[in-house]
Amino acid sequence: MFLDILIMLILAYSFGFLYYGLYRNISARVHGRFGPSIAQSFYDSIKLFTKDTSTSFGWMFYAGPIIMASGALMTVLFIPYLNHGDSLIGFSEYGNLIVVLYFMVLGPLGNALGVGSHGNPFGAMGIIRGLTRLIGLEMPFYIAVIGLMIASGTADIAEIMASQKETYNIVAHPLLFIAAFISFLGFMGKSPFDVVGAPAEVYSGPAVEFGGKFLALTLSQSAIFSFAKLLLMVNLFLGGADNLVDLVVKTFILFLAAVFVGNVYGRLTTSQSVDFLFKIPTVIAIVGLMFV
Amino acid sequence: MQEGFVSYINDQKDMAQASLEADTEGIKNTQTVIQKAINWFRARSMFVVAYGTGCGAIEMPPVFTSRYDIERLGVVGVATPRQADIMIVSGYCSLKTLKRVIRTYEQMSEPKYVIALGSCAINGGMYWDSYNTIKKLDDYIGVDMFVTGCMPRPEALIEGFVKLQDRIKNNNIEPGYIKYKEDYQFYRANQERLFGKNIAPAFIEDYTGMDI
Ligand code: SF4
Repeated sequence: MFLDILIMLILAYSFGFLYYGLYRNISARVHGRFGPSIAQSFYDSIKLFTKDTSTSFGWMFYAGPIIMASGALMTVLFIPYLNHGDSLIGFSEYGNLIVVLYFMVLGPLGNALGVGSHGNPFGAMGIIRGLTRLIGLEMPFYIAVIGLMIASGTADIAEIMASQKETYNIVAHPLLFIAAFISFLGFMGKSPFDVVGAPAEVYSGPAVEFGGKFLALTLSQSAIFSFAKLLLMVNLFLGGADNLVDLVVKTFILFLAAVFVGNVYGRLTTSQSVDFLFKIPTVIAIVGLMFV
Repeated sequence: MQEGFVSYINDQKDMAQASLEADTEGIKNTQTVIQKAINWFRARSMFVVAYGTGCGAIEMPPVFTSRYDIERLGVVGVATPRQADIMIVSGYCSLKTLKRVIRTYEQMSEPKYVIALGSCAINGGMYWDSYNTIKKLDDYIGVDMFVTGCMPRPEALIEGFVKLQDRIKNNNIEPGYIKYKEDYQFYRANQERLFGKNIAPAFIEDYTGMDI
């Protein structure tokens, strides 16, 4: 069990950062540059872990990133990596989709608590943008997930994966997939929904006062968390993975889709993205729900 | 006379070389494997806060964007000094700006490095007799790398970064922030000469553990 969890975390950490490195690399090619090496994000994270932290705004400031990190770790540990296997399942026997959805909002909450304690206006601005966007993101995602739960008659992720033996949910419920995919793009924090940490507007937003080890923790948890989200989408709509190669291929395809969308579209403002998320994906999700 | 001068210069060069090598040896021997690895990572990943003080600022955007693309060396721009490892001060500093430069420098967490870009930041450049700019940035904060030129080409700035990376990797020259901490009184006196007592957030005094 312990070894299982350790391997799961290491896999999530490495793939999260590898994908992030690829994201930077592919975006660089789109800009007509060479871009950094694929392992650049590892270098950044290790360097930041060896850096000093010279700021202090009370204990809540330090607790914020830790709450975020625990949210990300718990999310990834409650999602089984492989189809009907005994290994790489973490705690997923003890919880279901609802628990995962609950842990997914723990991160933004921890972030808000940590950022709220330092009083930097840019941080507060980033958090307000983030939480407002979250309202927009959750609506279509939850409707789509509820649709899936009704369709498969269970909230257990492993059973939802098993129920897709013949047809993947992406084929059986395409409308739900489209709605969930759009909010997944937002959860990934890439364009067009990257208004939270916009460097030129709010000076990297919530992370504005974090430096050194706490920034490293924030970056690592976001890498792990983005892998968890890829994993959840694969499990819910692409029938899960039979082995590790399958897992890598499926998450990579989803990730590439997110990268290309991110590179093509510009940034929406907060109100535009909430407007968009409430109008288009939510309506798609509701229509999809009717067909379930 | 001429010959004497040349040999004098050569002597000076030899001495400088010798002292450099001696230094290098001394520090290198004390580096453990872990420290070497850490230094390697530090050299490979640099977060830069680009403080565009003078006209040299106009040469920084090409360095960070498609044309010269310094991200391939692991150098990226960040928005806040809290996250930064490197500060570029690009050109002349007026007194008003210098205050902010010092403040920004002190907010960066260690290890931190400074690149002074352009003649103005090195010796005053064409502003050497101006009434409201400083001449030598190195008197006020610990500068690690000087990139000469008025204004320096992007290639020069990239070369500065590469040299700084070598230095961090080999750890053979004392970084500016350590000098700043050790000789804080010197820097502080220079700062006070310009600003009187009306500078400095209190935390720098706490963290150097000095009574001022
Ligand atoms: S060195 Fe030249 S280009 Fe740079 S700030 Fe001074 S005058 Fe301007």
